[in-house]
Amino acid sequence: MPVDFDFRWAAIIVSGIIGFIAIAIMFGASMFISSRRRSEIKLTSYECGIEAAPFRWSQINIRYYIFAILFLIFDVEAVFLFPWAVIFIGNKIAFYAMLIFLAVLGFAILYGWRKGVLQWSK
Amino acid sequence: MRIVDFFLIILGLLVLFTALSVVVLSLTWLERKFLGRLQRRLGPNRTGPMGLLQPVADAVKLVLKEDILPSSADRAIFWVAPLVVLVPSFMLWVTIPAAENLVLRNVDMGLFYIIAFSVITILGLVLAGWGSANKYGILGGLRSSAQLISYEIPVIMVVIAVAMMAQSLNLIHITNFQLPGIQSITPETARLEAGIQNVPFAVLQPLGMVIFLIAGLAEVGRTPFDIYFAESEIVGGPFVEYSGAHWSVFFLAEYMNTFIIAALTALLFLGGWHGPFNPTSPQWLESLVGVVWFLVKTYFVILVIFWIRGTFPRLRIDQLMAFAWQVVVPLSFANILITGVFMYYGWPWWSLTLMSLTLSSVIGYLIYKHVTAPARKVAEVYNRRRMIERQPRRQAGRQSSGPSAGPEEAVSGG
Amino acid sequence: MAFQEVIFWVLAVSSVAAALGVVLLRDIFRAALLLVVVFLAVAGFFVMMNAEFLAVVQVLIYAGAIAILIIFAIMLTREVQQGNLPNRLQPAAVLFPVLLLAALVFVAVDTDWNLLQDQSRELQDNVEVVQTHTIGGIPDEMRGDIPGSDRSGLGELLINDFVLPFEIASMLLLAAIIGALVLVRER
Repeated sequence: MPVDFDFRWAAIIVSGIIGFIAIAIMFGASMFISSRRRSEIKLTSYECGIEAAPFRWSQINIRYYIFAILFLIFDVEAVFLFPWAVIFIGNKIAFYAMLIFLAVLGFAILYGWRKGVLQWSK
Repeated sequence: MRIVDFFLIILGLLVLFTALSVVVLSLTWLERKFLGRLQRRLGPNRTGPMGLLQPVADAVKLVLKEDILPSSADRAIFWVAPLVVLVPSFMLWVTIPAAENLVLRNVDMGLFYIIAFSVITILGLVLAGWGSANKYGILGGLRSSAQLISYEIPVIMVVIAVAMMAQSLNLIHITNFQLPGIQSITPETARLEAGIQNVPFAVLQPLGMVIFLIAGLAEVGRTPFDIYFAESEIVGGPFVEYSGAHWSVFFLAEYMNTFIIAALTALLFLGGWHGPFNPTSPQWLESLVGVVWFLVKTYFVILVIFWIRGTFPRLRIDQLMAFAWQVVVPLSFANILITGVFMYYGWPWWSLTLMSLTLSSVIGYLIYKHVTAPARKVAEVYNRRRMIERQPRRQAGRQSSGPSAGPEEAVSGG
Repeated sequence: MAFQEVIFWVLAVSSVAAALGVVLLRDIFRAALLLVVVFLAVAGFFVMMNAEFLAVVQVLIYAGAIAILIIFAIMLTREVQQGNLPNRLQPAAVLFPVLLLAALVFVAVDTDWNLLQDQSRELQDNVEVVQTHTIGGIPDEMRGDIPGSDRSGLGELLINDFVLPFEIASMLLLAAIIGALVLVRER
């Protein structure tokens, strides 16, 4: 084998698998012992008593997408911040570089704030 | 990697899973009992002494209930969604230490790992909404994702500030750093001796702890932030079509995540397994006392969370998003900034506490304003009505219809 | 067979199968979900190559943020149930993947893979090289032995050698935010 990486992450990968299996067993057991009386009415989707109508996708608002984009951008920023956080002490360049970085992004947030995008409803 | 190691890992995971289940059961009992006491009720008191067997009865009931798959649902997505919610939170627990030697796998960049995997839960909620093909479900799924991604950012920023102070992403190092008396752990932190004090970070960064708790509550959807599965509004949101075992998995995940938030608060801000009485000589005793301290702190945070649930009303979605983007996110950036300046210039430790407290009072004031806003609005409407009534009535007919009492704006959800 | 090889083949097969599913499924929502599976499998590959930081970034950015973005985009699209309608862009859609495939095949054939193996063997011996690939990616046991081992290589590289790209990245993010805001603002 080229790299014996000691598989520090084996526990984590296996934990995912075990969680999956444990829950699957629970579902199976529940299916086996739970009561089961199906009827057509019971299987319709829940609508608070009125008749079920198909959902229209176009009603969904664009602002959800905007928040997703903002989240993506801040995530990317966090990826830069994490390595920086552990090394910046006593490193002049690191400190000021990150100040500039944060200032640029802070400007973006201010811009959005001024334009009123950060409110949910205007 | 030998085969024995492999089985050891599996054994450890099974123990962890069992322990977590017990913790979740205890949490459900504790929540009902504590909430009952807060509301002058008794809480569960029939099954077993002090209702202690109530969670067991609940679990049996949930497994016995019928697992309904609605006919319009997308079968595969409907089935897989609870797993996508639960499995990441289980995977997080593998890396969270309960005592210095009591962790299944210590990841060197543990904080970053925890942040990354907690994001996957959001996906599971959207899937649950989409899979059940229900109006309320999809609304709830969308709202939950909007809320969770907004509050994920402050969590990340606060965690970064903590990592800056401890100069490490390793949870064990961060916790050990808060032990008074330890001079320095790494060459980097040795440079800080002038500035930073080895005290629990709650003392140095009250703002960080407040933000972490608020955003953490939003992340797990505890009460002030539970609009996405609000029963009175969208009848359970993403979980509307779920029943029986499937629903119980969401339930399990919610409590597990609550426990994660509480445990992380204890580790990052309250000093984790360190306490006043901590014997060091036999290792098993040290671990045992450490775990006890850790659990005491974690359960304390959990009681605070339940207390908040018993106290605060639910936020509307627009209030919630505005609070996230206009209060919590800017303040979390300010938190990074003050921490950075403080550490870079090596100021005395109380200066950070002072700056942090000032900023936390800003949050406190804004929460106060938010919470009392409806009452103030009612008072305003009431005063205006009295003013009008005092004036001589010109149009008697119009007055009699009466203004509607509710000052509530129309709820403008999804 | 070693345990790692088992993991490798599981990851390889699942990632390729999921990728095929992404391309071939008519149901676009499920295709997006399979894309998440591909992302996670790639994160697994990063872990196997000792690039733990990259693996976590992959999970955070791709399996987290990008996946949510894609799913929102699908939910926003009207008539998503009908699937893709045929349009005039089909020739372009054939051309670009073919070019991409050609480039990938060229790189795969042209690269001297033995060299990579040597490097990775070096990684194993030389812990200081590992540092440049991870955030302090050193097992705890070794921490005390190596002077300055807590210094995380990636951060140092980012700040010292690549300051300019780093700042340019901030401008890129700024442009992305403003673009996104302009998208919503007006209607």
